[in-house]
Amino acid sequence: MARITASVYTSHVPLIGVAIDLGKTEEPYWKPLFAGYEPSRRWFAANTPDVIVLVYNDHATAFSMDMIPTFAIGTAAAFQPADEGWGPRPVPTIVGHPELASHIAQSVIQDDFDLTIANKLEVDHGLTVPLSLMCGQPRAWPCPVIPFLVNVLQYPVPSGRRCFQLGKAIRKAVARYDKPLKVQIWGTGGMSHQLQGPRAGLINREWDNRFLDRLIDHPAALAQVPHVEYVREAGSEGIELVMWLIARGAAADAAGGPKPRIVHRHYHVPASNTAVGHLILEEQLEEQPS
Amino acid sequence: MPLDKPYLDIPGTTIFDAEQSRRGYALNQFCMSLMKAENRARFKANERAYLDEWPMTGAQKQAVLERDLNAAIAEGGNIYFLAKIGATDGKSFLQMAASMTGMSEEEYREMMVKGGRSIEGNRVIGEDGSAQAHRQPQGSGKPTWDRRRR
Repeated sequence: MARITASVYTSHVPLIGVAIDLGKTEEPYWKPLFAGYEPSRRWFAANTPDVIVLVYNDHATAFSMDMIPTFAIGTAAAFQPADEGWGPRPVPTIVGHPELASHIAQSVIQDDFDLTIANKLEVDHGLTVPLSLMCGQPRAWPCPVIPFLVNVLQYPVPSGRRCFQLGKAIRKAVARYDKPLKVQIWGTGGMSHQLQGPRAGLINREWDNRFLDRLIDHPAALAQVPHVEYVREAGSEGIELVMWLIARGAAADAAGGPKPRIVHRHYHVPASNTAVGHLILEEQLEEQPS
Repeated sequence: MPLDKPYLDIPGTTIFDAEQSRRGYALNQFCMSLMKAENRARFKANERAYLDEWPMTGAQKQAVLERDLNAAIAEGGNIYFLAKIGATDGKSFLQMAASMTGMSEEEYREMMVKGGRSIEGNRVIGEDGSAQAHRQPQGSGKPTWDRRRR
């Protein structure tokens, strides 16, 4: 049977992708940020999964205002990096996993989460920047990736509670898959940032770090936090952090199993307009019967 | 019964909700059209004529022509869509964000490197933080988005 082996959390700031693509990672502005991902790249190289379910949001790339799906899953065999207006990122094509993606779609829809199924999808920095941070600049990405999209652009976005429950449903779907795949689930976006209006540039270091603490130790309670706290404390675009709860809900302890082990934690301000947060949680190998 | 909108008391912030989305549909779809190179070229060649192809309000068109992102947001624009105008002009997200504060690019970048805008005084309308209405524009007010330099 397939199983979740780890959950990974990271911001997906577009300018990080630009810094990687233009070879600026050693510059003084960027060095501390990327230094915090060096242990992550070593860990990922030693713990490459068979598939990544990558939770992110589209930024007016694949979805215009014509259609705004709350949750969507990419079931295609491959996904091209999109041109977001500055030209497509020079990164490899993303290979999908249609079989597992379709299986997850069927399972979670039967569990009352009404996913949109995307058989054709271009992916933007929300998906490619986390891959670059964790994998560097390979000629081909080291494993297939299933894009899992969440609307966080048009309010109301799904609640933290709903996201956490969805993570549990994804865990159940993976456990029902009849092949011995190791699956990681990544939650991306955030942390505090606001890109609009006179309050643009907002950063809330204290709230961000408390979010990380709560995500690690009290995820079910964190899932009850209402949207307005994210927006007020972490900025209008800080609401992206609800996506981290999908990944966290897929960990064993959300289903009564053992707590995950903290592999790595990193926080840095700024990347462009944004506070960057990062966390790796590894599932404990021995799952206790619940 | 009115909808629950607990976010209306946050200073300097417009939440892109269903009502804003409805008002801004044509504006945002105009922005989306700039994802195509041929549309960017047509827009640059004659901005007014290109805008007139869209069922946008006069205020929306004016906000685009003036690159006034705060006005565009007030008229229903979403920042991720409006960013396509910035991309067309060769502007970064940081430059666009700075343009909404009244700070020059350098002033805004300096604020970010020092840890960003403080939350203190900026949680609720009526406090005294930098994002409050009575403290605008911020910084020197030098324009960070001068179209003439394109």
